[in-house]
Amino acid sequence: MLRLLSRIRRSIWREPWPTDRRGQIRLTLNDLILHLHPPTFPKRTLKITYTFGLGGLSIMLFGVLAITGVMLMFSYTPTPDQAYSSMEALRTEIWLGQFLRNLHHWSANLLLILVTLHMLRVFYTAAFHPPREFNWVLGLMLLLLVAASNFTGYLLPWDQLSYWAVTIGTSMIDYIPFVGGAISRAVLGGPEVGANTLRNFFAFHVALFPFLIVTIISYHIWRVRKDTISIPRSVDEPPLDKRQIETVTTVPHLVVRELAGGLVVLGLLLAWAVWVDARLLEAADPNHPPNPAKAAWYFVGIQELLLHFHPVYVTFVIPTLVMLALLLLPYLDFDETRDRNVTGIWFRSRRGRQQAFVGAMFGTVWTVTMVLLDEYWLNLPEMLDFLPMSISNGLLPLVFTLLVLLGFYRMMRARGATVSEANQALFSLLFAAFVTLTVIGVYFRGKNMALMWPWEV
Amino acid sequence: MTAESSQAEHDKAISRRTFLSRVWLAMGVAVVGEAAFLGLRYFGSRKSDSPFGTVIDAGRPDDYPPGTITAFPEARFYLLRFEDGGFLALYTRCTHLACLVSWEEEDGRFHCPCHGSQFDREGDVLNPPAPRPLDRFPIAISARKIEVDTGRPLRRKSISADDLTYLSAE
Repeated sequence: MLRLLSRIRRSIWREPWPTDRRGQIRLTLNDLILHLHPPTFPKRTLKITYTFGLGGLSIMLFGVLAITGVMLMFSYTPTPDQAYSSMEALRTEIWLGQFLRNLHHWSANLLLILVTLHMLRVFYTAAFHPPREFNWVLGLMLLLLVAASNFTGYLLPWDQLSYWAVTIGTSMIDYIPFVGGAISRAVLGGPEVGANTLRNFFAFHVALFPFLIVTIISYHIWRVRKDTISIPRSVDEPPLDKRQIETVTTVPHLVVRELAGGLVVLGLLLAWAVWVDARLLEAADPNHPPNPAKAAWYFVGIQELLLHFHPVYVTFVIPTLVMLALLLLPYLDFDETRDRNVTGIWFRSRRGRQQAFVGAMFGTVWTVTMVLLDEYWLNLPEMLDFLPMSISNGLLPLVFTLLVLLGFYRMMRARGATVSEANQALFSLLFAAFVTLTVIGVYFRGKNMALMWPWEV
Repeated sequence: MTAESSQAEHDKAISRRTFLSRVWLAMGVAVVGEAAFLGLRYFGSRKSDSPFGTVIDAGRPDDYPPGTITAFPEARFYLLRFEDGGFLALYTRCTHLACLVSWEEEDGRFHCPCHGSQFDREGDVLNPPAPRPLDRFPIAISARKIEVDTGRPLRRKSISADDLTYLSAE
């Protein structure tokens, strides 16, 4: 009997559990899951304040989402009549139903935060500089897919929150020039959010997007191995010589850390999901929009912009510019004939640290100032009523904003910043502005989307 | 001389290989376009069971005295009859981001709860961020009935007197 068991075990894992370095390396190379890692890797990258384990944690959360998601599918019907009652059944009848929904909901929100932080980490340590440019692009695709998964999942409970958030969100598509109307009809499956929309979003959410995410994640991880992982350096340290780098084996050094970190986050997540319920408002009512009707929190920054710019700029021009800039960033940020290698140094240099801070501060203050100015004193369409609104409330403020950004960039360059440091300051400015817009939209917008204090909202 | 010119001729003409790879490329583009077209048609051809999107019979013109506003929530429009007898069917979808506008009797305006847009009785923008007047639906009127085609919202850059539909006898 024991012989049989050990024979089965050996048919799966050919070798005994290794105790020496060679055996550990062989284990990583030959195991299906472990071979996602390199067999050995630079010891320095173990430092938690370098990667914070954000990529690994994101993958763990994707696993939690896949498991809870499939379990939820067993008690969910994607039709307008029954979707909402599925939510009520999860709360009242199905054993652990509310807990599963909570876990799925909070994991999805946390995943969006973690992948964003992962992107910030890679950006601020210049880990996307050559040879890792293309993995940045793959990461961007994953970010978009995670956001799209969140957004499609948002509709599924079919309550007032999801119905109106998705109505607002999808109506933005209409503003894409020429093809917007057709795309919007295809996505919605009709002229407005309805049964077909729910079917579409369900298919996107449970089949198409997860499939794409798994595919691209695999490529993303494979490329980390092929491009090699970036190594942290202190601020004045020159690039490391390959032969000086001390390496350790993945088993056990990396694997135990991944397990420990993953378990801690998983524990916190489970506790959170036990105590905090995912929100559920009344069933969706297409004839009574709530006031205020807000998009999902991660789109509220965009919704806030909509209060200040003509929609075609917010939903099309600005996102296109931002996406283009992010896609091209790794190719424009570093030129080896010109720049010093800064990969692995937080914020690139001492000056980089200061300027990134200045950028973030300026972005925050400027955004608050502009929002207040536009809310209480400035009414461009009225002041310039001889111009079409798409110019007075779109092109003019956009050009003004771009000029301010250009001026800021020039100023950083004039103060001695390298291209990469100036880009970093600009990125910090824009990211801080986006966070500020989101905070204003979530906490300072109440009835009729008027500005008010958080306790009045 | 002739050899040179035929050589030049030869350089200008594309080779068989180039020609064939271009044909392949063109066919690839055609396949992608076709798939996109078929996909859109597939998604677009599904039916929805709500009354919205069809031609709605709104009843007899006499049911609507001048100066009244009647809501058709299921069909997503307001039917207005103006003092001069003209009819107007306004789509309740806010032209900003598709929230639902509702008529407020107190100040005589359409209000959008989502981003604060306001419209007057003819659907014209009184308060941005809405970029254009409310869309209207085409109306066909006979002495017996009013038909509103909710499948064809008409976009307007600005309002005009032609937006109103009159009983042909008037």
